[in-house]
Amino acid sequence: MGELFVEEKEIVVPGQTLAEGMDYLPAGGAYRDGENIRSSIMGVLGINGRVLRIIPLKSQYRARPGDMVIAKITEMTNTVWFADIDGYRDGILSLREVPEYVGDGDELCQYYNYGDYVLAKLIQVSRKNMVLTMKGPGLRKLSGGRLVNVNPSKVPRVIGKQGSMIGLIKDKTGCRLIIGQNGLAWIQGAPEHELVAIEAIEMINERGHEQGLTDKVEKFLDEKMKDVVVDDAEEEAHETEKTTKEKKSSKTDSKEDSDEEEQPVRRAVGGKKKSKRSKK
Amino acid sequence: MSKNKKAVKRHDGRKADDLREMEAKLGVIPSAKGSAMFKIGKTIAIAAVRGPKKLHPKFLQDPERGKIRCNYNMMAFSGSGNRVRPGPNRRAKEINLVIENALTPAVKLDNYPGCSIDVFINLIQTDAGTRCAAITAASMALADAGFEMKDLVSAVAVGKVNGEVVADLDKPEEDVEDAVDIPIAMMPNEKEITLLQLDGLISQEDLSKAVDLAEVVCDKIYKLQKETIAARYE
Repeated sequence: MGELFVEEKEIVVPGQTLAEGMDYLPAGGAYRDGENIRSSIMGVLGINGRVLRIIPLKSQYRARPGDMVIAKITEMTNTVWFADIDGYRDGILSLREVPEYVGDGDELCQYYNYGDYVLAKLIQVSRKNMVLTMKGPGLRKLSGGRLVNVNPSKVPRVIGKQGSMIGLIKDKTGCRLIIGQNGLAWIQGAPEHELVAIEAIEMINERGHEQGLTDKVEKFLDEKMKDVVVDDAEEEAHETEKTTKEKKSSKTDSKEDSDEEEQPVRRAVGGKKKSKRSKK
Repeated sequence: MSKNKKAVKRHDGRKADDLREMEAKLGVIPSAKGSAMFKIGKTIAIAAVRGPKKLHPKFLQDPERGKIRCNYNMMAFSGSGNRVRPGPNRRAKEINLVIENALTPAVKLDNYPGCSIDVFINLIQTDAGTRCAAITAASMALADAGFEMKDLVSAVAVGKVNGEVVADLDKPEEDVEDAVDIPIAMMPNEKEITLLQLDGLISQEDLSKAVDLAEVVCDKIYKLQKETIAARYE
């Protein structure tokens, strides 16, 4: 006896009555108000049997434990870092949750400084704050590259089914790409390629509700990358020469560089930590 | 008396329940989380939403729910005569308060304890009915920002001009002697009134007549709001 007032894939606004009667069930983005089911968010209606669900066109980030996020270090005390994840709750990163060993007299900013972006994982979420960890595969400080904002509701689109979209962008542009569930994407590659990747991501952000987006993005990337290659073919050749040379020479260099910065620190520190802990 | 005759003469030829020409647009300010423009007659309101962010000073924080803060501003060139002095003043303070109260019941604020959601409203051209245009634009901007809401809010001014109950007064009508101005905001689906102010003297019957009229015309505005949001994403 239930009556449906809206069609599937139709855009609904907050408060709009979707259906009447008890035959339908409200899921995410919809709520029951007496006999009626109403939308509580701007989005596209999805119908799955009796269940009505609103796929939001735009949303605020809803933190969940287990999310990988890109967080900005905003504040620190003697024992914890505070990181900005969604703009209004504190992300707390404590000493225990970082892979580095932090010595007794060390300043915390030696490890993660104000304004640093880190790829971290949420382990606990409460109403007021969120607990982060840096221990885990791939979790690290992000250096270099560019950041771009994506609406959190579009993050699944940027990733695509089984990573199809993100894989496409990575393949076509040759950039490294990480996207946090909180809607921050980090891109690193050749500067021109970074720009193309950003444009592609912005395109997904803007047109994420459209059908066949992967094909469109592929087309877009093909065209753009052609331009880039034509534009700086010579430079690229130069660069590749340089970089190969550099790579040859700098493989050692960069290793040394990163020696100072990241990985070896981790390793060395990891060793220390173990020893320290075992002592304790 | 001419009260019984249906053909009401308004100075711009509208019927009693006619609104001025309306126009609305979503996403007019790209840097804001959500934004909207609403134009009714010569009144143009632009609303931008920022936040949620931590509310400071801290004593204003509510540990249970978030808070909507409004910032209503008439631009210097917005009036029809002299330069309007922009920035906060006594009138703007009052309007901020009533807009906040009109929007708060519509937004589900429990998700943002201790936070503020800031709504910035600028009027680039004014011809009466600014707070109503502001509320209408602000509710669209809140929806555009992706906040969970119970309902949109539509607002309109109704009133009594020359003994007739009419909708959507403009400046010349508002300035008529004994004119009564009643800005009303409501949630069209919930059928709840979130703002009702009254400026002037009116009988009880006329007031209920005016509220009934407001309900009818708010639906028209709501329809436009809905269409605008849908049009933004085709």
